[in-house]
Amino acid sequence: MDLYEYQARDLFEHYGVPVLPGIIADTPDEVRAAAEKLGGVVVVKAQVKTGGRGKAGGVKVAKNPDEAYEAAEAILGLDIKGHVVKRVMVAGGARIAQEFYFSVLLDRANRSYLSLTSVEGGMEIEQLAVEKPEALARIEVDPTAGVTVEKAREIAVAANFPAELVDQVSDVFVKLYEVYKGEDATLVEVNPLILDEDGNIIALDGKVSLDENAEFRHAGHALLEDKAAADPLEAKAKELDLNYVKLDGEVGIIGNGAGLVMSTLDVVAYAGENHGGVKPANFLDIGGGASAEVMANGLSIILGDPQVRSVFVNVFGGITACDEVAKGIVGALAELGKEANKPLVVRLDGNKVDEGRRILEEAAHPLVTLAENMDQGADKAAELANAA
Amino acid sequence: MTIFLNKDSKVIVQGITGGEGSKHTARMLAAGTQVVGGVNARKAGTTVLHNDQAGNPIELPVFASVAEAIEKTGADVSIAFVPPAFTKDAVVEAIDAEIALLVIITEGVPVQDSAEFWAYAKEKGEKTRIIGPNCPGIISPGESLVGITPANITGKGPIGLVSKSGTLTYQMMYELRDLGFSTAIGIGGDPIIGTTHIDALAAFEADPETKAIVMIGEIGGDAEERAADFIKANVTKPVVGYVAGFTAPEGKTMGHAGAIVSGSAGTAQAKKEALEAAGVKVGKTPSETAQLLREVYAGL
Repeated sequence: MDLYEYQARDLFEHYGVPVLPGIIADTPDEVRAAAEKLGGVVVVKAQVKTGGRGKAGGVKVAKNPDEAYEAAEAILGLDIKGHVVKRVMVAGGARIAQEFYFSVLLDRANRSYLSLTSVEGGMEIEQLAVEKPEALARIEVDPTAGVTVEKAREIAVAANFPAELVDQVSDVFVKLYEVYKGEDATLVEVNPLILDEDGNIIALDGKVSLDENAEFRHAGHALLEDKAAADPLEAKAKELDLNYVKLDGEVGIIGNGAGLVMSTLDVVAYAGENHGGVKPANFLDIGGGASAEVMANGLSIILGDPQVRSVFVNVFGGITACDEVAKGIVGALAELGKEANKPLVVRLDGNKVDEGRRILEEAAHPLVTLAENMDQGADKAAELANAA
Repeated sequence: MTIFLNKDSKVIVQGITGGEGSKHTARMLAAGTQVVGGVNARKAGTTVLHNDQAGNPIELPVFASVAEAIEKTGADVSIAFVPPAFTKDAVVEAIDAEIALLVIITEGVPVQDSAEFWAYAKEKGEKTRIIGPNCPGIISPGESLVGITPANITGKGPIGLVSKSGTLTYQMMYELRDLGFSTAIGIGGDPIIGTTHIDALAAFEADPETKAIVMIGEIGGDAEERAADFIKANVTKPVVGYVAGFTAPEGKTMGHAGAIVSGSAGTAQAKKEALEAAGVKVGKTPSETAQLLREVYAGL
């Protein structure tokens, strides 16, 4: 889960990372009030989970509360790469002497952590890595040892920080690693980290991604989720503990296992090329050992998507038993009654396949077609979606 | 031959008394796996009752620790069915006991825990091969199953399979049930895993009875790209590939914690191109991949 800048700022403050005061606001009036409270020059910053805010006009400096009000009017409602700004942060102004870059992140390739640091901050890091790779210090951080004061100094020296700043930035690096470690993050990035004209090191903008697998040991993380921004079907699926991602197409997909479901989406998309260009409508993994109830919940989510014109259920029973899947389908269709009005193509193989097929054959529901295999099922589902 | 696991492997189950542990102990025994005991510190000294492959009752001892289980049974393989919050401790215990192979089935392990136990394993000299977490485990059909893969999909044969995904492993074994497999490994879909595609490819290359290899990848990370480089430099046996997730949108996690396209990194297209550049034939669908493998095998 990616956090908003203001949420990252709050975490930083909690861990003692130096930040500027910041107040969130959802209307121009709230922005004016925030600017009055902070006093002096402020910066009004769009809160969106994407980069390039500045270039898109999502960050504006305001010398007084009236200017802040105007800035808010311009920023709120702005569309930045498909993200509509609903909230801004009003932050204190800083007199920047120098801009730096620091991040610590999960390094999948090396199964470790990596710190990236540069004394040339401000620029997008991807751009810096391409244009000036020599200006970016890449230092491995041992997951068991973490960023100690010694490690932080090593990072600062490797990144060519001036000697008089090494102690000061090292202290901030240690604290930023404490954020990373303490919050089970997969990324903590500060860009820019600045030196102001009074000699203070300040984290001016932050990006934090949290590991959802670690939510069980962070009661507060669930509160950081922006439920209003989530797709309503995704939110409903999450409540039912289903692994669902909404997509743009017409063929609803249900399967078991992330890999098989991803593969099913692809196979349906290929089949769609022969059937009017229909595409998969969603990703839905009912997981291993799913019961009839889980299957029925999944089906109700998918049939609740008005874009869906046909459904493809693709299950290879490992732990999941095909008879449970079949019972779930029959039960859900009975419960939904006339609301179930979209054709279903079902492919079952593996554990208890004969029982599963028999249940569906005996129920003989007019909307259900049994497929012989994955390819045929995908083709049939695409054909039905195109015909609907 | 097989890789990593064979009929002589002696297996213990960490979490043998739990729901999942108990269910899969029964399935592994039915598949012919030599399960010799389990670990649960709170139930040490007790036994659990199961049936062996022939259907005869078998009493399995529960030990206090992996080290004790090894000492009393000679076990060389452990499989962990423990909840995410306790997985790191279970893995560290297995590493300390220097068990040769550890399979971690658990889904939902915090990635920092995986990073830490991996760093610990390295520090201890990598005496324990780790498979997983968030994986279906390993099966050498006809010999042993240490995992949750259905044992009856197909039998022993000349194909080696390595995959990030469980159900795609089953699907591919089913597609190629006419040929059969030496060993099929599901390495897991988490961002940090123990055994990688490359480790499995190296072992299949060295195994005289594996004649051809199927490698299944999915979006996220660059493991497939690195595997492609490895194949180009080191693998002489034919490799056929499949990559899932061409239609996955950027920035959305597709079920597996590691299956996410970030910017231009981790796309299925990039993985396919890297594999093809290494001479690997890549199928568009599981069935086409199976067909490619069959053609390659027929030409050997």
